[in-house]
Amino acid sequence: MNNKRVLLILLLLFLAAYFIPFSAARVQNSLIEAFLLLQEYARKHVLLCLVPAFFIAGAISVFIRKEAVIKYLGPSANKVLSYGVASVSGSILAVCSCTVLPLFAGIYNQGAGIGPATAFLYSGPAINVLAMVFTAKVLGWKLGLARMIGAVGFSVIIGLLMSAIFRCKQKKDGAEGDFTEGHGETVGRPLWKTGLYFVAMIGILIFINWSKGDASLTSWNAIYRAKWAISGILLAGLAWMLLKWFKKEEIKEWALSTWIFARQIFPLLLAGVFVSGLLLGRPGHEGLIPSDWVARFVGGNGLGANLFASVTGALMYFATLTEVPILQGLLGSGMGQGPALALLLAGPALSLPSMIVISKIMGPKKALTYILLVVVMATITGLVFGGLVG
Amino acid sequence: MEIKILGPGCPRCFEVERRTRNALAVLNVAADLQKISDIKKIAEYKIFATPGLIINGKVKCSGRIPSVEEIKQWIKEEM
Repeated sequence: MNNKRVLLILLLLFLAAYFIPFSAARVQNSLIEAFLLLQEYARKHVLLCLVPAFFIAGAISVFIRKEAVIKYLGPSANKVLSYGVASVSGSILAVCSCTVLPLFAGIYNQGAGIGPATAFLYSGPAINVLAMVFTAKVLGWKLGLARMIGAVGFSVIIGLLMSAIFRCKQKKDGAEGDFTEGHGETVGRPLWKTGLYFVAMIGILIFINWSKGDASLTSWNAIYRAKWAISGILLAGLAWMLLKWFKKEEIKEWALSTWIFARQIFPLLLAGVFVSGLLLGRPGHEGLIPSDWVARFVGGNGLGANLFASVTGALMYFATLTEVPILQGLLGSGMGQGPALALLLAGPALSLPSMIVISKIMGPKKALTYILLVVVMATITGLVFGGLVG
Repeated sequence: MEIKILGPGCPRCFEVERRTRNALAVLNVAADLQKISDIKKIAEYKIFATPGLIINGKVKCSGRIPSVEEIKQWIKEEM
């Protein structure tokens, strides 16, 4: 860190220490809320949800063959297949938000139809196994499910719309051909084994987070009572798979990849939790931002609220998973369910910096169309969802 | 020998860079190592997933973090 930076930081620290009204009750409460929220996350979500999720993210980046998936996105691929793959592959190919844009640039520049490419662009950050489970766990299953359906639906619809709007201007072949690269690296492990391995891990993640249901849901609660047994069995199965089907080298790579994700995402998540607690407080409490302000802008389910949430979400940058504590704070401060969903669908997929990059890759007209599509659809979906859940 | 590492700046790309430097040191080979973070430039190399490792203009690896042994092998191939 050079001297100018150190000076700047010291100056900022001094100004903060001098001017922040620590004696004000609201400030004091907000600070306490921030720490309380942090503790809640540490106790309730880190071990059971985040840690397994990081392992899954690590596994995805090590064991899933990107070339195999990307092969289906080329313009020569069957349309239904390419949209299907594009909308889901986001969760497979890009767990880290920094991977999506280079991938999209690669795919787009090498001839993928604008439809599947855009579908992929949206689904990358929006559909993410970790985020889905985390959303369902912290914000409730209704939002979790709506988010998942919305995200998959959006990628296909936005892809199709982009394809239709820019039909005449599509890059007619040129650089494509086949998308596979000539590496010829063999995996040495049949697809079904890899599949089972992932099913086991995702199963463990889902079951250890199985929450207690309403007294009326008998089968749900039966699973709840058995959750540790089920998870235990899955864990044993996973251990067996690791012993029999994986080389030590691969397990080390997996561990390293997991660590890299944790190192990158965890500090940002904790910072996000702290800021959320500071600004919005825990559900039912207040932070620096008074609840009635939140309710005024995004409360209820009006068009204005959904639109505001959509646009703000699109502009704001959300590091992977941080949208969850922020939304928890907002919901607790009076945000409506509709606007919450709108934010979930527009937020992770876009941010001001990513808009600039997308515009450089696709050109400003296409980029603007894409952004507008996301915002409009998020607003409408929010309105509908808000109407349904009340 | 010209080595380029493609990546927008996430930890995986740094790991590839670290391993490459490691391999170069072990083999005692000198090489011009460049880190490319600009997305448009990365796309020109026709790889699909970062991190990417390019030696003497040839794409040796993309989309994953190769082992130091693999990197050493590729360096030897290009000597």
